[in-house]
Amino acid sequence: MGFAVSLVTDSVYWLVMGKRRGQRVRPAPVAAEMMEIGVRAIPIVTLLSATIGVMLAIQGIYQLRRFGAESQVVLGVAFGMTREFAPLITGILVAGRSGSALAARLGTMTINQEVDALRVMGIQPVRFLVVPSLLAMLVMLPALVVWADLVSLAAAGLYVSAELGITLESYFQQTLALLGPGDVGHGLAKSAIFAVLVTVVGIVDGSSVEGGAEGVGRVTTRAVVHGITAIVLVDMLFALVTTRV
Amino acid sequence: MASPEARNAQREPAAVIEVSDLVTHYGTREILHGIDLEVRAGEIMVIMGGSGSGKSTLLRHMLGLERATSGAIRLLGEDVCQMDARALAALSQRIGVAFQGGALFSSMTVGENVMLPLREHTELDADTMEIMMRIKLEIVNLAGYEHLMPSELSGGMIKRAAFARATIMDPVVLFCDEPSAGLDPVVSRALDQLILDLRDALGMTIVVVTHELESAFAIADRITVLDQGHILLVGTVDEVRGSDDERVQGLLNRRFEEPDLDPEAYLARLTGSGEGPRA
Repeated sequence: MGFAVSLVTDSVYWLVMGKRRGQRVRPAPVAAEMMEIGVRAIPIVTLLSATIGVMLAIQGIYQLRRFGAESQVVLGVAFGMTREFAPLITGILVAGRSGSALAARLGTMTINQEVDALRVMGIQPVRFLVVPSLLAMLVMLPALVVWADLVSLAAAGLYVSAELGITLESYFQQTLALLGPGDVGHGLAKSAIFAVLVTVVGIVDGSSVEGGAEGVGRVTTRAVVHGITAIVLVDMLFALVTTRV
Repeated sequence: MASPEARNAQREPAAVIEVSDLVTHYGTREILHGIDLEVRAGEIMVIMGGSGSGKSTLLRHMLGLERATSGAIRLLGEDVCQMDARALAALSQRIGVAFQGGALFSSMTVGENVMLPLREHTELDADTMEIMMRIKLEIVNLAGYEHLMPSELSGGMIKRAAFARATIMDPVVLFCDEPSAGLDPVVSRALDQLILDLRDALGMTIVVVTHELESAFAIADRITVLDQGHILLVGTVDEVRGSDDERVQGLLNRRFEEPDLDPEAYLARLTGSGEGPRA
């Protein structure tokens, strides 16, 4: 826990003071990380968020039909996706995809003495390895959540309009009328916390590697399990706190 | 014209590295038991010993990668044991390290690896850095390989690329961790010659950690023989060869090999059958 906190504080320190200390954070590795974490995740985020959007619409209509309130499905999908499912599913996906990659990379670098090599070259490993990943994660995870919001609402809209016989335009008008900036902000705030969690868990687990390839496999698995667990727990706590204030 | 050694001696203090009464523990186990050692400017000092002798631990302490329980290490006049991360980072620009496995960054080309310290610590323009990188690759006989990824190089080439990166900032002291380990004798001899050439051409002080006797005898000005965290002997190649210390001779005759293995247990370990010991 102490290591995780020091990683975050060190990252902020190097981000702010790096240039003055002659070790500025370079944009090229940040851009490369953004490409890997964000752009290359778009296809799978699109597929999963569209599927979950449609699934939510199917279940919503099925349950609400018992009360003759099918039209309220728009409300359920809009709030459910923007406040809960889009950030949650995107966070889990990024933890499985990029958190594990981060742990595997750091584990391999530790075993191959690449982290030691950075130290003896006078290059701060936190600045060189952690800050680009953290920055990229902080930008791309919320961006992916916005994308997941759009895709899931559109996919659900297609199903709802076909099932209930309302136009897509009407569906979107209702959705926009229902959703406030706070609802989207709720999801984005969570995704920023998930971004920090996924990065820190990946780095902490990756740097705790012991042994060879077997050890790298172990820390990679551990990073996925820890990352997803942390995301789900924090998601619940966030919902609990923000719905009571 | 003065020799490289003479030039180096004028530039640096007589002792480039001074280790005094160094004690270190891993947990409750004492690993180094009061090591005293001096490395002189311009010499090649080989630290030699078998597995578990503490030679790699000693190297890691010299580099500031680990903190000692007690004692002092003065590297280029500064106490590594008392330095904070910032001071260590500044000092590290005056040393070079070639790690055992090369420790090249797999996401960068050979050229990018070699230029990395220049990119991070200097304001040189890209063309100048590239010229310097090519010169260093030429010295280690890797000219033309700068566009390859480390995964495309052989073991010997990776080690030579690591030497190029370690010397790109023209360090005063070069540390080499097991430079010949895992290489065939021909490549190993070529690396020994490279170490001698680097010392002669660039006037560096070089510290080599190795368990390879032939390499040690080929390159060393002086040898430190370590055994179980104690220094048995510091002397020239002839002094080590001629030592009448039984422990030194015992180590030389065993040629720093691992303890004898039971062939059947070894086979079982390789094939994964039976209940052979797992080393």
